[in-house]
Amino acid sequence: MASVYSEKVMDHFTNPRNVGEIGNAKCGDIMKMYLKVEDDVIVDVKFKTFGCGSAIATSSMATEMIKGKTIQEALTLSNKAVVEALDGLPNHKIHCSVLAEQSIRAAIADYYRRRGIDPEPIVGKTMSDDEIEACHI
Amino acid sequence: MDRFIYADNAATTRLHPDVLNDMMPYLTEQYGNASSLYGFGQESRIALDQAKATMAECLHCRSDEVFITSGGSEADNWAIKMVAKALAAKGKKHIISTEFEHHAVLHTLNSLKKDGFEITLLPVYENGIVRIEDVKNALREDTALVSVMFANNEIGTIQPIAEIGALCRENGVLFHTDAVQAVGHVPVDFAGMNIDLLSLSAHKFHGPKGVGALIVRKGVRFGNLIDGGAQEKGRRAGTENVAGIVGMASAMKRACNAMESSIPSIAAKRDRLITELTKITHSRLNGDAVTRLPGNVNISFEGIEGESLLLMLDMRGICASSGSACTSGSLDPSHVLLSIGLPHAVAHGSLRLSLSEETTDEDIDVILQEVPVVVDRLRAMSPLWETILKEEQSH
Repeated sequence: MASVYSEKVMDHFTNPRNVGEIGNAKCGDIMKMYLKVEDDVIVDVKFKTFGCGSAIATSSMATEMIKGKTIQEALTLSNKAVVEALDGLPNHKIHCSVLAEQSIRAAIADYYRRRGIDPEPIVGKTMSDDEIEACHI
Repeated sequence: MDRFIYADNAATTRLHPDVLNDMMPYLTEQYGNASSLYGFGQESRIALDQAKATMAECLHCRSDEVFITSGGSEADNWAIKMVAKALAAKGKKHIISTEFEHHAVLHTLNSLKKDGFEITLLPVYENGIVRIEDVKNALREDTALVSVMFANNEIGTIQPIAEIGALCRENGVLFHTDAVQAVGHVPVDFAGMNIDLLSLSAHKFHGPKGVGALIVRKGVRFGNLIDGGAQEKGRRAGTENVAGIVGMASAMKRACNAMESSIPSIAAKRDRLITELTKITHSRLNGDAVTRLPGNVNISFEGIEGESLLLMLDMRGICASSGSACTSGSLDPSHVLLSIGLPHAVAHGSLRLSLSEETTDEDIDVILQEVPVVVDRLRAMSPLWETILKEEQSH
């Protein structure tokens, strides 16, 4: 059937990977990421997203891409890589992938904060919840 | 997925097979130019005149008041821009409209603003109906035009057209109504409702796409849209789309003749959808429950986003629409839903189902079975829904 989205986007929208919760959430009301970190490795990741098909698909793909990776590796994930992995997104949906990248960075920053480490030198500045929401609405 | 349920008739409708049959001769053998002198061309002229007479009968106007356009947007543009131009010459540069008009009207008004027109957009309140007192209070000495849609395309609410028409006539102000969603769906009485200009589009009532009309009361001064030949009394030049115009008249006649029985039958299906779907927790009907088009259902489900909802319904063979920003390519949700006071997040989660006489009870059964499933599924992965539940528990 004809669709505005690639098959991969539709696959990740229809069968989103890693939906759910583990531990504490971080990242505003629109996209929530949950990380389980052991020895600097993201052993599990879950998400919850309010949004369109591409918001759900980018969350699903981004979580797939950082699962099993070290935090340092996860921090190098760019929104562009997520878009490429999904075989592209319509132009006006690119902001969804930015949201996914930012959500991961914010979740990692939160992880450091919980361990008493200032995340800014490692993660850089992360968007506030309001900014992340503004990304979508 | 073989199932196909079309519940987006406000977007467009299926061309009725009988209408296509009526059009066919003019797409095949009867191709004469209506402006040609010989009999073969005059056959097309006769068909055009007959089509206008048929439309005039349905709309309660004169056939020489019917001007053909390419559709509703063109009719809206023509009505507003050309009347505005004519009246600006008399120093009248104020136009009254509503916040929830179709973009064909709102964007046209915006362009007039740049030409020095002052635009008053009236509120439509929670029920989605403009108040006659507001129209009255907004009228000024220099008011050139009042433009209020007959029925809203998203929430289906029907406006007090006869009252506004009477008020405008009393005050010597021209009254335009965008009746694109109304013609063929509810009774429209051009003369009786004191309408001066009315826009309509054939594909909204099982006619062909690319053809519509602007009805202009005899005596109203308005400018030409396309200069050229003598078609449409020289106001909109260009060889006529005979098949399209014949199709529009045929579809309108069918719809008008069937209205008495089709309105209650479609409305019963609409009401069944509204009753059952609003049983879903944290849902609400948008727009007045009674004063609305027989085929319009518009419901918001909190905690979910409309585009996701539409995609999942599409995968289940159901075609519907939403006021979500994500379906339109813009970042703002529907101006219609915001105009009736919906918060952004709720406006994003709206679902419009628009029915026609072709919608069956079985279609309604399937919609009622699938929508709650999809809503649940999306809510389960929505952090916004989680927040709503938590807030509810803490109360």
